Amino acid sequence: MKTQNNKAWLMVVPVLLLVALSAIIPLMTVVNYSVQDTFGNNEFFWVGTEWFQEILQSERFHNALLRTLLFSGLILAIEIPLGIAIALAMPRGGVWVSVCLVLMALPLLIPWNVVGTIWQVFGRVDIGLLGHGLASVGIDYNYTQNTFDAWATLIIMDVWHWTSLVVLLCYSGLVAIPEVFYQAARIDGASRWSVFRYIQLPKIKRVLLIAVLLRFMDSFMIYTEPFVVTGGGPGNATTFLSIDLVQMAVGQFDLGPAAAMSLIYFLVILLLCWVFYTVMTSHDNETHEGVHRAGGRP
Amino acid sequence: MACIELQQIAHRYPALPGEASAYAVQPLSQVWQDGGAYALLGPSGCGKTTLLNIISGLLRASAGRVLFDGVDVTGLSTERRNIAQVFQFPVVYDTLSVADNLAFPLRNRGLKSAEIETRVATVLQLLGLEHMARVQARSLNADDKQKISLGRGLVRTDVNAILFDEPLTVIDPHLKWKLRTELKKIHQQFGHTMIYVTHDQTEALTFAERVIVMYEGAVVQIGTPQELFEKPAHTFVGKFIGSPGMNVLPCATDAGNLLLAGKVIGKLPYSASGAGQLELGIRPEYVSLVATAAGNPDSLPAVIAAVEDNGKHFVVRASINDLPISAIVREGTVIPESPRIMLDPAKINLYRNSHLVNA
Repeated sequence: MKTQNNKAWLMVVPVLLLVALSAIIPLMTVVNYSVQDTFGNNEFFWVGTEWFQEILQSERFHNALLRTLLFSGLILAIEIPLGIAIALAMPRGGVWVSVCLVLMALPLLIPWNVVGTIWQVFGRVDIGLLGHGLASVGIDYNYTQNTFDAWATLIIMDVWHWTSLVVLLCYSGLVAIPEVFYQAARIDGASRWSVFRYIQLPKIKRVLLIAVLLRFMDSFMIYTEPFVVTGGGPGNATTFLSIDLVQMAVGQFDLGPAAAMSLIYFLVILLLCWVFYTVMTSHDNETHEGVHRAGGRP
Repeated sequence: MACIELQQIAHRYPALPGEASAYAVQPLSQVWQDGGAYALLGPSGCGKTTLLNIISGLLRASAGRVLFDGVDVTGLSTERRNIAQVFQFPVVYDTLSVADNLAFPLRNRGLKSAEIETRVATVLQLLGLEHMARVQARSLNADDKQKISLGRGLVRTDVNAILFDEPLTVIDPHLKWKLRTELKKIHQQFGHTMIYVTHDQTEALTFAERVIVMYEGAVVQIGTPQELFEKPAHTFVGKFIGSPGMNVLPCATDAGNLLLAGKVIGKLPYSASGAGQLELGIRPEYVSLVATAAGNPDSLPAVIAAVEDNGKHFVVRASINDLPISAIVREGTVIPESPRIMLDPAKINLYRNSHLVNA
């Protein structure tokens, strides 16, 4: 028995080494900085949890966190229903399927900073198609000065960039539903809404969970696009956690607080992902308990 | 409940690229009497399911009319035809409980909740699912899921017909028998018009009062199980029904005598004049083995290839002049050393161009 266990360990050593080099060791550097203070010259002073307390109590962090949460919330609230709706409207067969899929995939192929640049130019009041167009019809739009305009620009940009991902995931779930379910629904006289609620939604739940998690993580960590478009402004209106973090670490060279903030940031993402996962899969667990209670076969 | 009438119904599916579109269902007219229990029997791909979907309205036939009680419903949607249909693979609404699954079609039709409850309770009891009424449907096994699919048809007491599309395919063998018996009981109790599609002859013959046999998109015979067995209208029916199927052997006539493999095996049972290939069909049940020609002048020498013991009787695979023939003989029969084959003359059917020559 023991020999077998040792062999098993040997087999996972390469993976452990890889993970250690790629994730754990760099992360430990961050942990190292987060509990010490340095003034250069490779001199370090132990400060314990001081940086963590400072970050957790700072208004600047609270505001950035709230802005990021609001941004992610809005992104999910728009992209998930919109993605499902587009996926439902997409054709299930014929030549138009490929056309739709290619069109959907296009935004996903554009690098983040290019997306930022596109929208930065697109929205400019002096030369941008969008900005100039809006100005010429009399709408006072300026994302560099108006908070609402800045937010709207960033959200529309992200919706344009990433809704496709939700669409493609949902579409893959939808086309996997056997035709007979729709036939049965017609026999049962189900409305369009019932078909969606009781057949399509339950069947795409798994891929939808992946879509929600990916879109949440991605939007919660968004950096490049707002950095290129608004630079975190006007004022601090679009300074999300990631932008704030880079300002602290690179701009102010406050490595200790920045390291503490990185860890808190990481834990927040982990926690929220866990919450999403638990909420969206809780239904399945109840089901199994239900079977056991009723003495049925699983 | 309704009498269903098909008038010159035909269907072609759109042709695949590079292929000629073939009839899935060739033009046919058929009346399904109100309250009848019918089975549509045929091999896979013969158009049974297509025909069923045309009746339920899931498919619009390329030609012909569908009438319910004399009213043309050809253009009506499935929902408005008020038909129940059970599919080959169980369909349940995963997130709903068993009881809610059964209530689903009733709620969609806006029934009062008190009435829904009564009906659901009745069907739950009928299917033996009372103890799992509140269980999520997704966690059930295939048997129970199929019972729910069935139950969603049964809760609707006013349906014009219940259509079954090979509903017991995924069911455990021991349960198949039970569910089939239950279906028959339900039919007797409620008198729904029922059409049952299957490729399993046992299922068709035990379930239905009348069996419709389809072959390559056309109905080849309609009859009681006994008629299908004794007087198959087409050699296909003879071969398809029965295990093993009917022996079909090329034969000839000569001055009122029937010749098999060039030898007279008896008088012609009835006149069979006309052009085209003549064949005789005889069930293995009516083929017997004898040891000697003495006293059996019409017997033919045969070579035995194999004797299969299926537990109930022996199936003898033999050949007469290289014409393969099967015989069913009693379990334990001693197979003669130089066997001769006897055909029961009263049970011989004659076929010209595969169609039964009527007596």
